[in-house]
Amino acid sequence: MSNGAGSAGPDGSGYRSYYGKPVINEPVWEPVIPAYFFFGGTAGAAATLGLATRLSGNTALARTATYVNAVAIGVSPALLIVDLGRPERFLNMLRMFKVTSPMSLGTWIVTFSGVASGLATSLEVIGRLPRAKLIAEAAAGALGPFLSTYTAALLADTAVPVWHEARRELPFVFAGSSAASAGAACAFVAPPRTARPARRLAIAGAALELTAAGVMERRLGFLAEPYKRGRVGALTTAAKALTTAGALTMLLQGRRQGGAIGAGALLLGGSLAERFAIFRAGLESARDPRYTIVPQRQRVDQRAATPA
Amino acid sequence: MTAFRLRLGKTPLSWPESYDSDQQPRMGFFTDTSVCIGCKACEVACKEWNEVPDDGLHFSGESFDNTGSLSANSWRHVAFIEQPTRVDGVDAASSDFRWLMSSDVCKHCTHAACLDVCPTGALFRTEFGTVVVQQDVCNGCGYCVPACPFGVIGRRQADDLPQAGNEDVLGLGTTHKCTLCYDRLKDGMEPACAQACPTESIQFGPLEVLRERAQRRVERLQEQGVAEAELYGASPDDGVGGFGAFFLLLDKPEVYGLPPDPIVPTRRLPEIWGAALLAGAALAGSVLAAVAGGRR
Repeated sequence: MSNGAGSAGPDGSGYRSYYGKPVINEPVWEPVIPAYFFFGGTAGAAATLGLATRLSGNTALARTATYVNAVAIGVSPALLIVDLGRPERFLNMLRMFKVTSPMSLGTWIVTFSGVASGLATSLEVIGRLPRAKLIAEAAAGALGPFLSTYTAALLADTAVPVWHEARRELPFVFAGSSAASAGAACAFVAPPRTARPARRLAIAGAALELTAAGVMERRLGFLAEPYKRGRVGALTTAAKALTTAGALTMLLQGRRQGGAIGAGALLLGGSLAERFAIFRAGLESARDPRYTIVPQRQRVDQRAATPA
Repeated sequence: MTAFRLRLGKTPLSWPESYDSDQQPRMGFFTDTSVCIGCKACEVACKEWNEVPDDGLHFSGESFDNTGSLSANSWRHVAFIEQPTRVDGVDAASSDFRWLMSSDVCKHCTHAACLDVCPTGALFRTEFGTVVVQQDVCNGCGYCVPACPFGVIGRRQADDLPQAGNEDVLGLGTTHKCTLCYDRLKDGMEPACAQACPTESIQFGPLEVLRERAQRRVERLQEQGVAEAELYGASPDDGVGGFGAFFLLLDKPEVYGLPPDPIVPTRRLPEIWGAALLAGAALAGSVLAAVAGGRR
């Protein structure tokens, strides 16, 4: 391939490279990172659900959402810190506030969300200071949607082809996946009598996740290949199957505790699988120089063909 | 730290003004691959001067290139390409192929993705306009690694090194790349690779001077009939605002393992943040609808 002379076809056939070696470097992140995307996303949507149910007077579901949020945001810092090359320097993340770095902005979102959630949960447990609790819940609930979607911006702001070229759709996949997992987790543990908003959020989230992922794969064109082949292909199929089955079960059987538990488990599995599929597809697309070279070669050839 | 000082109502200073009286002309490399002989003196000089650790001996079995690519442990990388092509002026019977050799290095981009995405401020722009990692600040988050459109910067992992040792001495867990020999520049010396290059394939100097020289060189080559000679990264209008270290190539960039049309991912930040905000609003809307919606 390195010595081929032809120009690249639309599917990338006949492209040239240096002994088939990657052009960009593969991310060094470990699987704890997609796991964090799942927990962080769940925490964000749960915080917003908690605030909305609190304001609507559904205290029982608000309490459940607060606890789901607390667990999900509670494990997040550990997942992020363990992935650092020098974990003992994690506080260096707070040296700066940089809008050009979604990781910098995200660190501040996680930090403030974590503090607010911790406060809200503690006050919920001891049952004191309802006014302060509401303020903490409001802060966590307002930050929640961005806690769920900044991770998609983080991936999009790289040179990895399947992430960067999906920059318009990826945040919607993450938003849907987060709504589905947060709704599912709350419906899983809450009594069905109070959990109607959680069930609805889970179904709406699943619909958004499936739609956005479909649009993303279609718009990516041949760059979507990593989502369709091998182990990542299997993971993508599993994510879609679990999410679809979970949403249908929630719709038809969610009002029974057993049905809600089954639907919740399916949706949580689907959301987790979706995050891993996106993560692994990124690694695949970084490893294969075709995905980096072909779109760029086409841009150059197009510019050469159109007179200035 | 100045990072904590908000400059409300003022445009924050950027290079070179941020260096005040310490500012220097932008320095860079012009790598003229048409005179590279593939001796790898640049790779050796770089490793020696910068104490880049041994990362083991690997045999590629493909060419004289056993380094493979730029990484945390290789800041110069000589590519070897063998092409089945007629070489002008050489008897067809004795030569039916040509060698292309090129010493790759960090591009020290005008708009550097690694620098933009670094959350700790470990990556910074020096008074020479180059991009350098501060080893005592980097916490190894790894964001710069996939952000670089050229695959230059890498995280140094203990598993990649044959020897064990102190993590601060070996620089384990943090990211590494070419510093354009920042320490030597501060003492008025040229970078180790440029000094070691026996053919002046690697030329060091003020970027403006190098760009003019490169333009003359490519014109001369084309006059001599080397029609495929082209400059790569010399234009400030490209996707990264021009390279601080640019090249004269004899074939398309991808043949050397270089991206043909690199774009700094942060150029799309407005679009990226816009989509994230909209998606966040969609999520908030879903929650409100789920809670406020009528009884089903």
